[in-house]
Amino acid sequence: MLSVLTFLPLVGAVVVLLAPSDSLKRWLAFGATIATFVVSLLLLPGWQEIPDMQFVERYEWMPGSNIHYHLGVDGISLWLVLLTTLLMPIAVAFSNQHVKQNIGGYLALMLMMETAVLGVFLALDLVLFYVFWEFSLIPMAFLIGKWGSENRIYAAIKFFLYTLAGSALMLVAILALYFHGGTFDLLALQEAGLPPGLQQLAFLAFALAFAIKVPLFPFHTWLPDAHVEAPTAGSVILAGVLLKLGTYGFLRFALPLFPVAVSNYASLISVLAIVGILYGALVALAQRDLKSLVAYSSVAHMGFIVLGIFALNEQGISGAVLQMVNHGLSTGALFLMVGMLYERRHTRLMEDYGGLWASVPVFCFFFLVVAMSSAGLPGLNGFVGEFTILLGTYKSSPVFAVLGTAGVILAAWYLLHAFRQVAQGKLTNPANFRDKLPDLNWGEIGQLLPLVLLFFAIGLAPNFLLDKINPSVAALEVVQTPVVAEERLVDFSNQPPFTSDNNPMTTVD
Amino acid sequence: MDTALLTENAVALLPEIVLAAGVMVLMIVDILRREQNGASSLAGLSIAILLLGIGASLFIWGRPPTEYMEGAVSDGFALSVRLVVLIAGVLGVLLSRNYLPAIERQGGAFYSLQLLAVIGMMLMGTATNLIVLFIALEIFSLALYILSGFYRESPRSIEAAMKYFLLGAFASTFFVYGSALLYGAGGSAHYARIHESLSAGTGNPSLVLPGIALLLVGFGFKVSLVPFHMWTPDVYQGAPTPVTAFMSVGTKAAAFAGFFRLMMTALPSYQSQWALPLAILAVLTMTVGNLTALRQSSVKRMLAYSSVAHAGYILIALVAGTASASSAALFYLFTYAFMNVGAFAVIVAFEKRGGNENDVEQSELAGIADSSPALAAAMAVFMLSLSGIPPLAGFFGKFMVFKAAVEAGWAWLVVIGVLNSAVSAYYYLRVVVAMYFQQAEEGGKVQEPGALPASRSPQFVVTVAAVAVVAIGLQPGLWVDLMRGLGQ
Repeated sequence: MLSVLTFLPLVGAVVVLLAPSDSLKRWLAFGATIATFVVSLLLLPGWQEIPDMQFVERYEWMPGSNIHYHLGVDGISLWLVLLTTLLMPIAVAFSNQHVKQNIGGYLALMLMMETAVLGVFLALDLVLFYVFWEFSLIPMAFLIGKWGSENRIYAAIKFFLYTLAGSALMLVAILALYFHGGTFDLLALQEAGLPPGLQQLAFLAFALAFAIKVPLFPFHTWLPDAHVEAPTAGSVILAGVLLKLGTYGFLRFALPLFPVAVSNYASLISVLAIVGILYGALVALAQRDLKSLVAYSSVAHMGFIVLGIFALNEQGISGAVLQMVNHGLSTGALFLMVGMLYERRHTRLMEDYGGLWASVPVFCFFFLVVAMSSAGLPGLNGFVGEFTILLGTYKSSPVFAVLGTAGVILAAWYLLHAFRQVAQGKLTNPANFRDKLPDLNWGEIGQLLPLVLLFFAIGLAPNFLLDKINPSVAALEVVQTPVVAEERLVDFSNQPPFTSDNNPMTTVD
Repeated sequence: MDTALLTENAVALLPEIVLAAGVMVLMIVDILRREQNGASSLAGLSIAILLLGIGASLFIWGRPPTEYMEGAVSDGFALSVRLVVLIAGVLGVLLSRNYLPAIERQGGAFYSLQLLAVIGMMLMGTATNLIVLFIALEIFSLALYILSGFYRESPRSIEAAMKYFLLGAFASTFFVYGSALLYGAGGSAHYARIHESLSAGTGNPSLVLPGIALLLVGFGFKVSLVPFHMWTPDVYQGAPTPVTAFMSVGTKAAAFAGFFRLMMTALPSYQSQWALPLAILAVLTMTVGNLTALRQSSVKRMLAYSSVAHAGYILIALVAGTASASSAALFYLFTYAFMNVGAFAVIVAFEKRGGNENDVEQSELAGIADSSPALAAAMAVFMLSLSGIPPLAGFFGKFMVFKAAVEAGWAWLVVIGVLNSAVSAYYYLRVVVAMYFQQAEEGGKVQEPGALPASRSPQFVVTVAAVAVVAIGLQPGLWVDLMRGLGQ
C-alpha cells in the first residue's frame, strides 16, 4: 500500500512524458495526483491510534550491507503524507491553467517530486531515507531553474548546492551509526541506543541538514531566492511540503536517535528558532514584494514549529506536527493567491495594487481568510497549532514562550499590512479596474476551496488530527523521560508520570 | 621447458588468451579484407572478440582461485576487474566506429591496439608478480600512447600522445626502480613470497618504504593522483574522444586493481606505514581535482579534472585496505565505467571534428535540451551520477567506498570525501544548467561531423550507459555482489 502510494506519482511521471498531446498530459498528471490522494485517504479507515508504525513494508534492498527497503507510517508522518497528496493536485491544477512552456516536463518533475517527498516521509531505513531526501533536490532545482523568473538560474544553483552541502555530513553520520549499530534500520537503531559521544557528533551532522531544509536562522538565505524565483506551483510545494522535510527529520530521526544530544542542544536551537521567528517577521514587514513577504513569513512560521519540537514535551511536539500541516495549507494557499494575482498583472509589488476589494471581491475574501489563517486567528487552523506550541514552550521555558508570542503579534501585523495594501484603500491604479482585472474563475476557486474548508475544519475540530498524532508523540523517549536540564522544567504539575526508575525526579511528584 | 607446466592452470588466463587470439585474427582479417575505406567490419569483429572475452570470464566465474605459474591469479577480484575493463572496451570500440578518417583508414591498427590495451588492463588485475605487473602495465600503456595520438590531423592529439608517452615512460622508470627495491627487500618478485619473507624477518625491510614510494609514483601517474596528474587534462582533451572515454575508465580500473593487489597481498604488514601517506594523497587528489575542475570551460578538461577527483575517492578505499574496501573500489569503478564513458559518448555526439577541434565547450551545450532532449537527459543523468546524487549508480559507488572507510576507522577522510563531493556538484551541475536553463546562442550551434557518415553508435552507447546508471542505482544490491574483493 505504501509502495503504491509512493511510486504511483513516478509511474504518472513516466506516463505523462510519453503522452502524445499537452492536454492529455495535463489530465493524466492531474489524474495521477488525485489517484495518489485517494490511495492516501485509504490509510484513514484502517488507522489504529497506537504509537507504532503501521502499514509496514520491509524487503531486502542491498542484503550485503544490511540495507532494507523499509516503509511505515505513524501519527507523526500520517498527516504530512496527506498534506502532500492534497497539495499536489492543487498545485498541478494551478500549473495546468498557467504553465505554457514544456508542460510535460514540468508536470513530470512535479510528480517525481511527490514520490521523493512521500518517500522521505515513509522511509524507515536511513539509506533509503537519504536516497529520497537527496533525490527531492533534483526536481525542485529543475523546476526553479527552468520555469522560474528572471534570476532563476542563480536561485536554482543556490538552492541545490546549499541543501546538498548541508546533507553531505549527514551521510557520514549515517555511516557512523551503521558502524556502531550494524544496521541502517531506524527502529533497530532506536532500540539499541547510541553512546552519548556519538550522539553529539551525529546530531550535529543531522541537525545541519535539517536546519538548512527548515530553514532555521541563520541557514535561511537560500529560501527567499528560491521562493521568489520559483514558479507558483513550485513555491506551493516548496513551502507546503519541502520545508516540512526538515522539521520532520528532526522529529523522526534526531529526537528518537539522539535524545541526550537533543536535550543538550535544545536551548540553543530554541534560541535560533526564536531569532528566526522575530527576524523573519521583521523582514517580512519590510518587504514590498508580496511573494518575498510570504517567503519570509515562512521563515518565521517554521521557527515556531522548531520551537515546538524543542520544547521536548507532548504539547509542544504535537502542536508542531499539527502546525506543520497548518503551515503547509495556509502558506500553500498564500503562494497560490500571489500566483493568481501575478498571472493577471505580472507584478508582485504591493504598491501596484490597492483597493482590490472594489474590483475583485471574491479574491479579496479568500485572501483575507488565508491571511487570517496564517496569522493564527482563533477558530481557524493556525491558532490551534500555535497555541499548542506556545503551551508546550511555556512549560519548558516561559521566556521563550513570551518571545514566541511576540512573533504571533508581528505575524498579524505584516499579514494585515499586506492585506491592507493590496485589498483596502482606494482603487487608484487603472490597471486594477474591474474591466481589466478579472476575478477568480471557478477553477481557481476550486483550488482554494478545499484548503479554506480545511482551515475551518482543523480550527474547529483539531482533535480529529491530534488524536492520531498524540500516541506517536507520547511514545518518543524525550517526551517520556525528559532528560531536560532542571532549570528548564518550570511547571511540574502537568508532566506525565515518569516511567523510568532511575530518574531522580520520580520523587518530586 | 616442460609443456605440461605451460598448460597447467592456463584456464586461469582464458579471457586474456581469447583476446590475444582475437587480436591475431583481427590483424589477419585486416590484411585480407577488401573494403579500403571504412573499418566497420573490424569494429564489429573487435566487439565480437570482446564479448567472447566476457563470455570466457563468465565461463570461469565462480571457480576456485587458480594461479598460473606464480605470475597471475584468476580469483573473484581479477574476474571483476576483467568485467569492468571489458565493458569499458566494448563501449570504447562502439564509440570509435566511424569516428575519424584515420581510424577508418587504419582500422586494423586502431582496434588491435585497443584490444591489446584491454589485455594489459585485465592482466593488471591478475598479476601476482612484480614482473607480470610491469609487463601488463607496459602493454596497455604503450597501446594507449599510440591511440591518444591517432587523431593525426590535430596538433593537440599529437601533443597529447607525446606528452603522455614521455611522462609515462618517466613514470615507468620509477615503477621499475621501485619494483627492483621491493625485490631486494623481499628476495622475490612474487607477492606472497615477499610478504612471507618480510613477515619472517628474512628480508631487507629498509628497502620496503623507498620501494613503495617509487612504485607509488608509477601508479600515481597512471591513475592521476595529485601531484602526478599534470598530464591528465592535456591528454584527455587532445586524444580522440572515444580513446579518452576508454582509457579514463580502463586505466583507472587496471592500475587501481594492480595497486590494490600489490599493497594488500605483498605489503599488508606495512599498512600502518603506507595508509597515512596515501590518505594525504587522497585528500590532495580530491581537493585539487575538484577545485581545478570548477574553473574549466571545456567539457573534456572538466571531465579530466573530475577523473582526478574520482581517483581520490577510490584511493580512500585503498587507504581503508580491507577486503570489503577492495570490492567497494571495484564497484565504484564499475559504476564509473558507465557514467564516465556515457558522458564522453555525449561529447562524441556533440563535438565538432576537423581542424584542431575534438572537444565541446560548456557554452556550446547551451539549450541542447530543446534540440536533442534525449541526449541532454542522459547527460544530466551522467552528471548527477558523477556528483553522487541518489538514486543513481554513482551515489552507491561512493556510498560503498565511504562505508568501507568508516568501517576501517577513517571517518575523517570520509568527511573530506563527502565535502569534496558536495563541491564537485557545482561543476557537474553547471553542465546541466547550460543544457537545460540556458538558451542556445546564435551561431554557436554544434555542427554535425561532416566528412564521415553520421554514426548512431554514440547514441547507442549513451542509451546503454544511461540505462545502466539508473538500473544500478535502483537495484544496487544485485551489482555490488558482482564485484568481489581480494580474498572474497
